[in-house]
Amino acid sequence: MPSRSTWIAAILALAIVALPFTGLIPLYWVTLLNYIGISSLVAIGLVLLTGVGGMTSFGQAAFVGLGAYTTSVLTIQLGLSPWLALPVSLSVTALGALLIGAVTVRLSGHYLPLGTIAWGVAIFYLFGNLSWLGAHDGMSGIPPLRVGNHALIDVRQFFVVVWLAVVLAVVAVQNLLGGRTGRAVRALRRSTVAAEAFGVNVAGAKLKVFIFAAVLAGLAGWLYAHFQRSVAPGPFGVNAGIEYLLMAVVGGAGRVYGAILGAMAITFLRDQVQDVVPALVGAPGNYEIVVFGAVLVLALQTAPNGLWPILFGPPRPAKVPQRRPSASLSRRGVPERGVPLLEVESVRKSYGGLVAVNDVGFDVCAGEIVGLIGPNGAGKSTTFNLICGALALNRGEIRFRDASIAGTTPQQIAARGLGRTFQHADLVADMSVLENVALGAHLRGEAGMLRAVLRLDRAEEARLLDEAARQLQRVGLSDDAHKPAGSLALGQLRLVEVARALCLDPVLVLMDEPAAGLRYGEKKALARLLRELRSEGVSVLLIEHDMDFVMSLADRLVVLDFGTKISEGTPASVRRDPKVLDAYLGGVTS
Amino acid sequence: MDATIFLFLVQDGIINGAIYALAAIALVLVFAVTRVILVPQGEFITFGAMTVAALEAGRVPPTVWLLVALGALSALAALLQERRALSVRGVALIALFNLVLPALLAALTLALAPMKLGTAVDILLAVALIVPMGPMLYRVAFAPLAHASVLVLLIAAFGVHFSLMGLGLVFFGPEGIATKPLLTQTFSAGDFPITGQSIAVVATTTLLLIVFALCFERTLIGKALHACSSNRLGARLVGIPTAIAGQIAFGLAACLGAVSGVLAGPIVTIYFDSGFLIGLKAFVAAILGGLVSFPLTVLASLAVGVSEAFFSFWMSNFKEVMVFTLILPVLVWRSLRSPAHVQDE
Repeated sequence: MPSRSTWIAAILALAIVALPFTGLIPLYWVTLLNYIGISSLVAIGLVLLTGVGGMTSFGQAAFVGLGAYTTSVLTIQLGLSPWLALPVSLSVTALGALLIGAVTVRLSGHYLPLGTIAWGVAIFYLFGNLSWLGAHDGMSGIPPLRVGNHALIDVRQFFVVVWLAVVLAVVAVQNLLGGRTGRAVRALRRSTVAAEAFGVNVAGAKLKVFIFAAVLAGLAGWLYAHFQRSVAPGPFGVNAGIEYLLMAVVGGAGRVYGAILGAMAITFLRDQVQDVVPALVGAPGNYEIVVFGAVLVLALQTAPNGLWPILFGPPRPAKVPQRRPSASLSRRGVPERGVPLLEVESVRKSYGGLVAVNDVGFDVCAGEIVGLIGPNGAGKSTTFNLICGALALNRGEIRFRDASIAGTTPQQIAARGLGRTFQHADLVADMSVLENVALGAHLRGEAGMLRAVLRLDRAEEARLLDEAARQLQRVGLSDDAHKPAGSLALGQLRLVEVARALCLDPVLVLMDEPAAGLRYGEKKALARLLRELRSEGVSVLLIEHDMDFVMSLADRLVVLDFGTKISEGTPASVRRDPKVLDAYLGGVTS
Repeated sequence: MDATIFLFLVQDGIINGAIYALAAIALVLVFAVTRVILVPQGEFITFGAMTVAALEAGRVPPTVWLLVALGALSALAALLQERRALSVRGVALIALFNLVLPALLAALTLALAPMKLGTAVDILLAVALIVPMGPMLYRVAFAPLAHASVLVLLIAAFGVHFSLMGLGLVFFGPEGIATKPLLTQTFSAGDFPITGQSIAVVATTTLLLIVFALCFERTLIGKALHACSSNRLGARLVGIPTAIAGQIAFGLAACLGAVSGVLAGPIVTIYFDSGFLIGLKAFVAAILGGLVSFPLTVLASLAVGVSEAFFSFWMSNFKEVMVFTLILPVLVWRSLRSPAHVQDE
């Protein structure tokens, strides 16, 4: 059954086909709307790249150029039909993005936008200096698009092509964001550590988004070339690239429709400024760029999230596919109770002269709850990060399910069944609680970008989200499933993290202070949940400062102090160990 | 390539590199203190050269009116930002710096411009007109965004750059200008000619860099800036007003920019958008220096200048392509060395 959004898309498509021919819009505005549509495509790509994925690109105009120049060469010099040139244009852009992106997306922090400026400038100068691309004069005489024998030269007919492309792009991006890959990409902006811990291939996800955005820009370039019927380097420079970014920022960098709004605002603004300001000043000139700059700064100062949220409010919660309780995810078998699951052998981690973890060794067996305790700064969280592969160890060995974790990534360790929670809740604030939890099931699905875009991932999505809902119910947060994670209290966030870790279908869960910030009732519920996990055969390694909580739960305790293991044993024996009392109470026995 | 051409290219590269060094140092300083990547640094360069050119021709440079307008905006912004904690003294200081000072400078320029008093006066006047624009820009555009992410600040910096570059076009038109050289004599080392201008450039740059280093290490303000750049929160906790530190950094950047414009004016034709390209290359150097180290930045600037000179000899059409492509491997190396796991939002 077609969904509501499909109906909206169909009505929109009909409106697009009919609107320019009704005579309601003057021709001049139709032309302007064509340019807006073309820019929108680039800006939509930027929303995905910058607003969602957190990668700022000043170089999108170069990809527009790549698309435009490819089709120009193919249609002018080889006489190819524009429709045949389209897939080539998109492929060339994608290939260019793959090569550039392979280097660029690895850049961290502000090096990334700077990198995009660098290749943006370089490609612009390349267009202007290659003689077979017409150098600074560019190329003219590009054939128009044809349907049968009819050439789409009329701006109203071209309008239909441009805006159908925009609608397709919007649907594609919305579909992508609503799926498994989209969830991973949205998690990247907040923190790559959490995404990695649940098996997201960070560099790969970034590269995919980068190529997707570039292909949208390439499509815009192809449309531009056949609308303008000539190309020159000018519109593909860094200034144009910045203008596209401006559109995304002004409209609202996190919102797909914001990109279209931004493209409209900027294009109309430039058009009006070009007419009005010279008349006001009484002299001709390029004032639009002055006003542009000022508007950009003002927009950042007054509406950092763009116009769209101001006009239309915060985003609605993501639509969730219908739950199908019958179709649940397959589970991995748990190891036999009592088999050593995690073996930590004389592990050391030092930072310069400071030894954070000093030759620590302990085991966790299947179906066991082990507490890792010790005063602040004892090296507990560092030990966790070593086990998860988030930090590299200096010496010693860690074996998880009979295989060393040396040389494996956090993703691979997660895939073997290790789930974790973080000491400082590490969730995506503007994503719903349910989607945050579903990120934990990332490795239990396999739908990629293409399947998401074509909406072929719905059955799998339903299973993943059903699993997420089930785990949320287990931690008692079903009522909050559709709230943004950022609106929850600290204690609830910890429970969301527990649910996310359980979504991985783990054999071992590392929990870093899960009870901190919980109320008495919530603590009791959490303890009940942990016992339930143990009875199912899942092991838990627990860092906790709440002694009542950990003593009542743990089968065994490992006590660290200043990076060294000082005691190990049952709660009762550890409680009486003089070394432990000394570490906690500061040497009253001496 | 024979020895003469080689030496000639090296000389060319060093001059360019020295100019880039001044701009790059400013970029590093501003970034360290305020986290702003100062894209409009290029406009200080253009305005510097253009102002000198106008004064040489005996005309009143339009930058005067920009200064007055910017001052008024800045006064307004300052009153708005500090409306909760205004004192009579505060208002007086704001008015003095943003309204009185530009008015005095404007009056001075109006009086002196037609007299054509020679290169030295032109340069001093040009620098004096540009320097106050730095703190004013900070006040108007960046102070309200002081807590935003590096990325937002970077986009805002592009906004300011757009506005100023557009104004440059309005003020000075699309034609390029060249100013008179500081030293017209030519010296020779053996039979290799060294232009007076190149000596002037290298000497000025060296002098400024030394003064800069001394100020940074020896004066209280310099130490305060240094503190801001190494740990902003810490600096604030010990009572250094980071907003004022930002204004000072912008003032120094405007000064260094204006001087590099003055130095570049006689060497290359300056168009309204030339500053951006000079700034961008300075930027390549600043990144090579990791946006932190001043000595490394100076070395990197020279490297950029010299490689540009050689690229333009070997493949003049593609020199820009090459210079900007060079930055990519460095960026990769930089990010591999300092993997930042948590991005700022």
